[in-house]
Amino acid sequence: MKRFLKLLLISSLIVSMCCFTGCAYEFFDLNLEADYTNNLSGTVLNVYNWGEYISDGTEGSMDVNKEFERITGIKVNYSTFESNETMYSQLRTAGVSYDLIIPSDYMIDRMIKEDMLLPIDVSKISNYKNIEDRYKNQYFDPENKYSVPYNVGMVGIIYNTAMIDEAPDSWGVFWDKKYKDNTLMFSNPRDAFMTAQFYGGMSVNSTNRADWDKAADLLKDQKKYLQSYVMDEVYGKMETGEAAIAPYYAGDYLTMYEVNDDLAFVYPKEGTNIFVDSICIPSCCQNFEAAMLYINFLLEPDIALANAEYIGYASPNSKVINNPDYYYYGNEILYPSDEDMPITEYYHDLDDDIRFYYENLWIDVKLH
Amino acid sequence: MKILSKLYMALVVLFLYAPIAVMVFFSFNSGSSVWVFEGFSLAWYGELVFNSEMLDALQHTLLIAVISATASTVLGTAAAVGITSLRSKLAKSAIMSVTNIPMMNADIVTGVSLMLLFIFFGKMLGLSESLGFFTVLIAHITFNLPYVILSVLPKLRQTDPALAQAAMDLGCTPVSAFFKVVLPSISSGIFTGFIMAFTLSLDDFVISYFTCGHYQTLPIVIYNMTKRTVTPDTYALSTLIFIVVFALMLLYNVTLSRSEKKRGMSR
Amino acid sequence: MNKKSLGQRLLRAPYILWSALFIIVPLFIMGYYALTDAAGNFSFSNFSDLSRYKNAFLISLLYAFISTVITLIIAYPLAYFMTKCKPGTQRMMMILTMLPMWTNFLIRTYSWITILSNTGIINTLLGKIGLGPLHLINRPGTVILGMVYDFLPYMVLPIFNVMSKIDVSLTEAAEDLGANRFRVLRKVILPLSMPGVVSGITMVFVPSVSTFYISQKLGGNKTMLIGDVIEYLFNLGPDYYNVASAISLVLMAIILVSLFIMNRFSDDEGGGVVL
Repeated sequence: MKRFLKLLLISSLIVSMCCFTGCAYEFFDLNLEADYTNNLSGTVLNVYNWGEYISDGTEGSMDVNKEFERITGIKVNYSTFESNETMYSQLRTAGVSYDLIIPSDYMIDRMIKEDMLLPIDVSKISNYKNIEDRYKNQYFDPENKYSVPYNVGMVGIIYNTAMIDEAPDSWGVFWDKKYKDNTLMFSNPRDAFMTAQFYGGMSVNSTNRADWDKAADLLKDQKKYLQSYVMDEVYGKMETGEAAIAPYYAGDYLTMYEVNDDLAFVYPKEGTNIFVDSICIPSCCQNFEAAMLYINFLLEPDIALANAEYIGYASPNSKVINNPDYYYYGNEILYPSDEDMPITEYYHDLDDDIRFYYENLWIDVKLH
Repeated sequence: MKILSKLYMALVVLFLYAPIAVMVFFSFNSGSSVWVFEGFSLAWYGELVFNSEMLDALQHTLLIAVISATASTVLGTAAAVGITSLRSKLAKSAIMSVTNIPMMNADIVTGVSLMLLFIFFGKMLGLSESLGFFTVLIAHITFNLPYVILSVLPKLRQTDPALAQAAMDLGCTPVSAFFKVVLPSISSGIFTGFIMAFTLSLDDFVISYFTCGHYQTLPIVIYNMTKRTVTPDTYALSTLIFIVVFALMLLYNVTLSRSEKKRGMSR
Repeated sequence: MNKKSLGQRLLRAPYILWSALFIIVPLFIMGYYALTDAAGNFSFSNFSDLSRYKNAFLISLLYAFISTVITLIIAYPLAYFMTKCKPGTQRMMMILTMLPMWTNFLIRTYSWITILSNTGIINTLLGKIGLGPLHLINRPGTVILGMVYDFLPYMVLPIFNVMSKIDVSLTEAAEDLGANRFRVLRKVILPLSMPGVVSGITMVFVPSVSTFYISQKLGGNKTMLIGDVIEYLFNLGPDYYNVASAISLVLMAIILVSLFIMNRFSDDEGGGVVL
């Protein structure tokens, strides 16, 4: 017994030795365009971002936060959320405070209305010039006062060509009993309702309760064919062939395709959601200057390129899009030409009445 | 019968350990999935050092567990001594009922009610951030306390109050009587309470989930990870923890049976 | 003497203050939220709106009931067989039952996905011998399996604790008087082990009825147990705190009532035995 214990101890020691002698993260050789001298060294910047939404040093990629810490001396405290709603509620409760967040369009719309964002003077962000003009002056922030675009994307249908015979072209596949137990659906109510709304020919921004009722009925009907409701778990399930069809964001499809090249992607003919995720500074911000530096840093061509390649979403940064060495340079899914561009609709912020209505309808769908 | 019962026990153990076996197995995966095994590799154990999110969380978890277990042991032992000396039956049962609440109640209700309290106070004090290190710590101490009290109380009941009285008659101050006479006789209860508090704190997910804010403990980080994709490094860390605990338990078992044997011989 | 009682009052004072502040006050704050609307006005509407969540309550109670019964059926024989083992084996079995609790339950639950999924271990093995695939994951039964698995140790340990303390002379006496093994089990061991059974049931039922993770992972997120509803609503932000507080209070009431009923079933001793 004693010998056995010794063996255990030694083996765990060896394992931990392996850990600590392993090679450390190697910093990249960066060509930075902006000046990052500051007197904020040692302060903390609380960044709140989507999961899997920054290059984090895994598999040889750049660790953007580490690079920022090295260059500026500011410590990045990074946390993630999985939906706009979670992020919003975290900020609303004042339970936690953040210095920089990356919400989507409609949420920015709401947060501006509710006075939850601080104005950003883009003239102080030297790399702002790298943002393509067509991503500026969006409906939710017409004067570019509160937000700086980070990523853009559209939702489509991912399917496994080894598991189904005909390529889908419509949201209707999620109501097709042929694919029973093989389809996934968004577990985030707004996106799930979106699929039903396009399928049923409604607007995703309808202010008519009857429309939402109709969409909820469609979702209840759809439920019996579904394998499960997912968000980022979709990766594992699609990559391994656990499920055959799933709606998800185009950029994530490209990441999955790297693992399983049986996967294909289509924008449904009924139309789909387009979104912009932008960098904002919430009003609870404690370290404004550091947040401004961070924004500038994210817009650096080198950094934006590393992020665009790691995340796989379409970049609004012209230095990335026009860089022939960019891994997704000219990719048709991320950057469709004008004639291949699907019908799209942005989410708008819905008034409280409709919002409460559909957030409760979602419970009905789940309990159906 | 004997064989059947052995078989039954083996089957239940198999059931209990099947997922843990899967965890250990996939921690050695050379691929980045915990679903498809590609080949044997120790690479993920090496990757652990780079996962600063998880290492930070581990550190947070250990810190909270040590402080909350210590604080609740001190506070709880004092409370148990104070409660035993209560003469009013009503007061005693009132305190015990309150003590039972966090233990009987669903974790989610405890967690949510504490969160509401912290946010309420945070707003009153005008804090920009009401959840964090101190709120998880308070929450952990709160749910640890009843376990400490309930493991110390029975030991106190077994202690003859005349002992402390005798010590004082012989010239001890109440304080030194407590430390010299009472404390040694309840030390095993205090130890059990501490270990239990430490374990509960390490493992707690639900209450931390509602009260931790930025201060993410390991279960919280793991939870967030299962919402994205779990990579084998999570399994690697859990495997290491499992091995350490297993070794400690074995060691405890061995020393216990040794001392038992010795006692048996001296008899 | 006076000095001594002052000292003891000082000993319990911090705890009384602590439990008032962090056990009683939070429940009152929750009650306050439950009885007001989002604007802070007194209102019963949160409770009248609860009918929407009726199914969540019913499903949670049903699942928790089924999984408690199954856990009991698995745990009772196990504890009984354990008491029949040599002391060393007994302790080993105790350790083996407790050890899984030290591994994070989220990971243990997550591992079941690898075992049960369509492309998982069981279906791969079945495929090798030309069977299947069986559709095992994302079903109500999988959620119950998860509950049974996660909470089984909580049932085994209290039953074993009580059973192992039953005086051997009692069972020997019964055997001497001609009772066979099953009669001894039924007439002697079963009644004497009831306190353990009661605390086991309590310790399995309460976490089962309020869990919010197992159904999301093993049930494919396709239904909402009451814990899931509470989590969903609190995550939607302060606008939902009122109704979510009302649901939490009702859940607490259900649990307290169930515990009360359980304790009525057992001897008065049973209520005190937790762990």
